[in-house]
Amino acid sequence: MEFSNLEVRDSRSAGLTVAEIQSVLKAEMLCGEEKSGQQVFIVCGCDLISDVLAFTTPGSFLLTGLTNSQVIRAAEILDLKGVVFVRDKKPDEETIAMAKELGIPLLSSPYPLFESCGLLYARGLSGCGGIE
Amino acid sequence: MTPDSIATSELNYTFTVTAGDFSKAGSISTKIKRILQQIGAKPDALRRASIATYEAEMNIVIHADSGEIALIASPTEIIIRCKDKGPGIPDIELAMKPGYSTASQEAREMGFGAGMGLPNIHRLADRMDIESTVGKGTTLAMVFKND
Repeated sequence: MEFSNLEVRDSRSAGLTVAEIQSVLKAEMLCGEEKSGQQVFIVCGCDLISDVLAFTTPGSFLLTGLTNSQVIRAAEILDLKGVVFVRDKKPDEETIAMAKELGIPLLSSPYPLFESCGLLYARGLSGCGGIE
Repeated sequence: MTPDSIATSELNYTFTVTAGDFSKAGSISTKIKRILQQIGAKPDALRRASIATYEAEMNIVIHADSGEIALIASPTEIIIRCKDKGPGIPDIELAMKPGYSTASQEAREMGFGAGMGLPNIHRLADRMDIESTVGKGTTLAMVFKND
């Protein structure tokens, strides 16, 4: 993993597009290509749905290892801008179809959760904790 | 129904929850969210009501044998009433404790069972009333001020 050309920002930035997130995380886009230009400012890394519901800021991008359809339901309820499945995980076709219908971009990245969070944090995206 | 007509009427919908069916779970919360969007519910009330309804719907799916969710919306408030038939809650105070869960292994494998459902609902709603009878079921009412 190459970190030498990463610029760690002192303050949180103007965000990344979904396409830029895809590039940073070396991710495959499973659906939602039409939303590639959308700006993302906040990210949440979480593997517990109740924690996602309790602590995720609406409009965030979710990084998770959970691949069941309830992740998509939670994303819809919270107006999340998209979901990245980490560790090369992919949901089943039915779940991808549900996300497609709801207009929620889904990506799959080879990076584990910690590295994925770190890569996006280093690019200036904020978390949901409100801690700077 | 246009927003103007809300001034004099109250919307009333009831949905049946299929307990134990994780593929359908969350579909009622999504429907209720859409209805609230269509009637022009205020963004904050809409967000809180949608999330709390999803938590309540999942509680019925995970714990109960059957259940219903009713939406009563007026210009000033949104009421969500959940009634289920099931094992009931023996100790409500314990159930309200963050982290306490009686969810099945199946539910936990899906990422549920963190024990945050009722505490989340309590935090999101402007008012929450819960009653339960062991061996019969639980009734949960949540009120969200739409202002």
